[in-house]
Amino acid sequence: MFGLDLSFINWDILQKFVVGGFIFSVQLTVVATLGGIFFGTLLALMRLSGKAALMGPAAFYVNGMRSVPLVMVILWFYLLIPFLIGKPIGAELSAIITFIAFEAAYFSEIMRAGIQSIPRGQVFAGQAMGMTYAQNMRLIILPQAFRNMLPVLLTQTIILFQDTSLVYAIGAYDLLKGFTNAGKIYGRTEEAYLMAAVVYFVICFALSWSVKRLQAKIAIVR
Amino acid sequence: MTWDWQIFLTDDGSGRTYLEWMLEAWRWTLAVAGSSWLVAMGVGAVVGTARTLQDRPVLVKLANAWVELFRNIPLLVQIFLWYFVVPKIIPAFQQVPGFVLVVFGLGFFTSARIAEQFRAGIQALPKGQRYAAMAMGFSTWQTYRYVLLPMAFRIILPPLTSESMNLLKNSSVAFAVSIAELTMFAMQAQEETSRGIEIYLAVTALYAMSAFAVNRVFAFIELKMRVPGFVAASTGGGH
Repeated sequence: MFGLDLSFINWDILQKFVVGGFIFSVQLTVVATLGGIFFGTLLALMRLSGKAALMGPAAFYVNGMRSVPLVMVILWFYLLIPFLIGKPIGAELSAIITFIAFEAAYFSEIMRAGIQSIPRGQVFAGQAMGMTYAQNMRLIILPQAFRNMLPVLLTQTIILFQDTSLVYAIGAYDLLKGFTNAGKIYGRTEEAYLMAAVVYFVICFALSWSVKRLQAKIAIVR
Repeated sequence: MTWDWQIFLTDDGSGRTYLEWMLEAWRWTLAVAGSSWLVAMGVGAVVGTARTLQDRPVLVKLANAWVELFRNIPLLVQIFLWYFVVPKIIPAFQQVPGFVLVVFGLGFFTSARIAEQFRAGIQALPKGQRYAAMAMGFSTWQTYRYVLLPMAFRIILPPLTSESMNLLKNSSVAFAVSIAELTMFAMQAQEETSRGIEIYLAVTALYAMSAFAVNRVFAFIELKMRVPGFVAASTGGGH
């Protein structure tokens, strides 16, 4: 059909080229999501702390990261990490560090909105109960903020999964690279890209559909 | 380490300095982003509006499918599809320059996001606006042209701003199909000169400046188009 021949793809080829890349893409997504949410929450707390010494650097970091293309950030880290630690570092490890640092900026904006969506009365109630700042945040504010923002956090994770394909810039072996390599070796580049598109589409479509379902469910509970 | 900014004044081997090369690359970035923006806005406005047509269920389905298709495939993969697969399937595209193919890729990818914003903007308007237009005897076209779209456009200006900045940043992905834009320059010049930090700093600054300029232009448009007494409700950020 259309001069394309998809018949070269079989289970052996998928296993040999694609599965490893797929596992790395998923690993990168999961680690960057968890790390990004952790550091993003810290950044959000810094920006909402009211202390200039914390707010300034956090705002600088978040706005800086958000005004630069992800590809450039990937290249920056790949250049800077070996320069700072004095020895070369693999593309895969470099990608993981980059994505945690980059996504922290985006997740911090989501968490900041989440924390601000909690009525001030909740904070006052916690304080009236004699809770410390840390207790108040950990037990009262953050669980609610996290819950309110869950659909947005998950949507960001889907975007993150799509963005993992950009590790192409430093040659890390991800899902897309798996298809690209298989296509090159069997002389079927176009078919391989098409298959990659289908796989990404199925995964992302299924995920965003589930997020929509989840959103509807949460909306009813409230 | 020591800085070596002289690197920008040295010859890159083809009779131009690295500075000249970088500015040329900057123009390519702006050209890719600007052209893609026109495609994305045009297609996005039409598709987003189609999703709100209440008496055209088929059009709504088609427009929804468009958004899902272009939103759920990574940009890099879409660029590869346009650059490698489309010319193979449709021979007429073999004569089309790579720049145009990338503009299609980036433009359609962004159009899905802009369509989503147009839909949200139109649906954020009170139902009474549509009914008022109907009561005045407006046709569907007139309802959208004179009543719904002018207000919806103002509502979605803030998310449109961040989406346009995203578009500018996303144009960096064009490096993957050898468009001579800023990221491509950064990678090649870094390799040739080994002065990666200076090169990356300059390129990063150009990206940040361009994104900031986009931001200011939209702030100006927002100010000029403001309707007295109407405060646009924020409909949430982009990305």
